Amino acid sequence: MIHAGHIYAGTIETWAAILTVAATAVAGDVLTAGAMRRIGDLDLIRAKSGLGGAVRAVASSPMFLLGVLSMAASFFSLLFTLSNVELSLAAPASASLTFLGNAFAAKIFLKENVNRRRWLAALFVCAGVFLLAK
Amino acid sequence: MKHTLTPQRYLILLAVMLTASVGDTLLSYGMTQVGPVTLAHLGLLLAAIRNPWVITGILCLLGFFASYLTALSWADLTFVLPATAFGYVVVAFLAKYWQHETITVYRWVGILLIVCGVGFVANGPSLTLHESHPVPEEPAPAGEGAGTGGTR
Repeated sequence: MIHAGHIYAGTIETWAAILTVAATAVAGDVLTAGAMRRIGDLDLIRAKSGLGGAVRAVASSPMFLLGVLSMAASFFSLLFTLSNVELSLAAPASASLTFLGNAFAAKIFLKENVNRRRWLAALFVCAGVFLLAK
Repeated sequence: MKHTLTPQRYLILLAVMLTASVGDTLLSYGMTQVGPVTLAHLGLLLAAIRNPWVITGILCLLGFFASYLTALSWADLTFVLPATAFGYVVVAFLAKYWQHETITVYRWVGILLIVCGVGFVANGPSLTLHESHPVPEEPAPAGEGAGTGGTR
């Protein structure tokens, strides 16, 4: 059991663990989103080749599988982090960093038009998630 | 060029918001009935997947993943993600009205910030259109209004 107020890891280890959770989560989200962009509109695929066709199109994409692998890595690194860092810091910090990281990564890797609205949304959601999980 | 969504697609985004939060809440409720699972009592996990609340929670989360992937196939990641964050707000309300947890002032402020964040993107275009053009140095179209204000 981890007692409240008792952090076992040092500051650098704590933030390295939190950054690992966020970085793998961002990788998972961006790879999945990139895969879905390449596969194309799932509504159209489903209309043409049914639900099975849509599932096959998604499951046979290496980029999607890599994304799921990254999400799994993020989940396990969160579990590891929670055994060393307080939940009240680890969960909101990693979730908030993931939202900000995703805005940067979507702009750089997915070439999304992250305009002023979306930056503001990322910042507000990031702050909101942090407060909500406090 | 505004890329707007059909009502059916707004329903998918609503499913993204609701299924994740309802699924998490059902799982949490089911697991309180099952009891704490430790390495020494891994068998309890088998009991967990027979619990109707847990089963419904897992089905909701499967529904979440399906609707999340569908949304990502026609909208930007930076458009869909705030919608997933809205799920946190739904969880907070479910926790308050169903599980009777108290919501602190911090949480209310957090809820307000997320709602504002979702509002910012919901009014803008849902998809960046640049397929078939290998990202030319195209100046931002002037007529698109506040939605495409600075790209940095």
